[in-house]
Amino acid sequence: MAARTLINVPPKAKRGEVIQIKTLISHVMENGFRHDNMGKPIARDIITTFTCAYNGEKIFEAALYPAISANPFITFYTVATESGTLAFQWTGDNGFSQEATAKITVE
Amino acid sequence: MTDPASRMNTTRRAFLAVAGAALLVRPAKATPASMAAAIRQAVGEAHVKPGRIKLNVPPLVENGNVVAVSVSVESPMTEKDYVKTIHIFTEKNPQPNVISFQLNARAGKAEVQTRIRLADTQTVVAICEMSDGSCWSDKVDVVLTLSACLEDPI
Amino acid sequence: MTPATRFAVAIAALPLVAGAVLPSPAAEIPLNERRSAYEDMSRDNKAMQDDDTSNPGILGVLDGEMLWSTPAGASGKSCADCHGDAKSSMKGVAARHPAFDPVSGRPLDLEQRINLSRQQDQKAPPFAAESKELLALTAYVAMQSRGEPVAPPDDPRLAPFIEIGRALFNARQGQLNLSCAQCHDDNWGKSLAGNVVPQAHPTGYPIYRLEWQSLGSLQRRLRNCMIGMRAEPYAYGALEYVDMELYLMWRARGMKMETPGVRP
Repeated sequence: MAARTLINVPPKAKRGEVIQIKTLISHVMENGFRHDNMGKPIARDIITTFTCAYNGEKIFEAALYPAISANPFITFYTVATESGTLAFQWTGDNGFSQEATAKITVE
Repeated sequence: MTDPASRMNTTRRAFLAVAGAALLVRPAKATPASMAAAIRQAVGEAHVKPGRIKLNVPPLVENGNVVAVSVSVESPMTEKDYVKTIHIFTEKNPQPNVISFQLNARAGKAEVQTRIRLADTQTVVAICEMSDGSCWSDKVDVVLTLSACLEDPI
Repeated sequence: MTPATRFAVAIAALPLVAGAVLPSPAAEIPLNERRSAYEDMSRDNKAMQDDDTSNPGILGVLDGEMLWSTPAGASGKSCADCHGDAKSSMKGVAARHPAFDPVSGRPLDLEQRINLSRQQDQKAPPFAAESKELLALTAYVAMQSRGEPVAPPDDPRLAPFIEIGRALFNARQGQLNLSCAQCHDDNWGKSLAGNVVPQAHPTGYPIYRLEWQSLGSLQRRLRNCMIGMRAEPYAYGALEYVDMELYLMWRARGMKMETPGVRP
């Protein structure tokens, strides 16, 4: 199954309101320091970058390391400036790339 | 120039260095020194002062695989005065970097949450860099309690 | 900390527990003293379970919701084609499993029921035990019972299997010569290594266990316990597990379902 994302953005906000954005994505975040039952090292497989753009302008970015738990959860804030789209992107090892969007109406 | 003999020597020397290090500390583990180096890499030579940033980690953790963490910074978050970056580091994880956030004035509020892995009882450090270049830090000593009834890796 | 050290510490803590209970046989917990392991979790972990926008188990539930309406097998049918909206048709279903299956003459747990329907109705191969798909679909179905009381069927045909489950729960096993009941009936609330010993009520399965960093079934959790007792765990799908699941659900009767639960 493809990576599953769960985004929580308030669907409506007042102009200038500070809103919280919560994001979850399914990913093993294999840290690269473990071994399998046969003693073979398990290769690192993590998400390395997360970004959020608000109507095309980048408003938030995170660089993730192996110490982030599986199924990364990240929350942050932004000011609701105008109606439109928040676009989220996660990229990582082995060409991993996943996108998600959320709409917001600003009154 | 790498003839097989010198390559073997290099490998052997490297192996001995690693083996020697392993006697002192467990392999693949960050140290306070490597954390300090990671901090320097993140914020340069700026003087890091305590204050303005608050790291919230439970002092006693039930399971080190998933530890809820939040970081908040006192800042007006205006174009003139905002938080540029927030970093989290650990002393004894396999590597010191945990996560680095880049914010801008549009955030409105400098507060982030995530979930991190802690390999051992250790100190967790959060550092922020403001738009004026000043850097602030907070740290929490976290005790990892021992879990019963774990499973073998599958 | 290496797993070996963790085990050593865990073992060191055990004589305190075992020593205290040797004289008396295990006694069942009075109904009004039962509590979910949720109650003993940290504030952060409770918050993780309570908020559907932060509970990582919900990622599995969402996968399950997609599987529910995806056609599978030679029948070309999805779960939804027969069962409709799971929100109404599956409400309470997880709370009354394991249930008696007249064909096999045995109790079936929810995972087995789902796989049976896949094979018989959808004409599709069963999902592997503990596969992401089976956990997802089970979590989606079980979440429809969230808040419902655990309601084991009042079916006399189940009675002998509850008794087998009870006997297994009370049987000493493994190199530590411990029974499930010694910890979970007689010493709940006390500490075993860094954990509070829970009463072992399976109200939140499949759970998102922080130790696993994934969803997992009650059978996986039972395997963990057995490994902790230094007993050889049964293979997934063993009849013993289903009987124990049945007994544990009977033991938790009336308690509220929490799926997807979060546990350390």
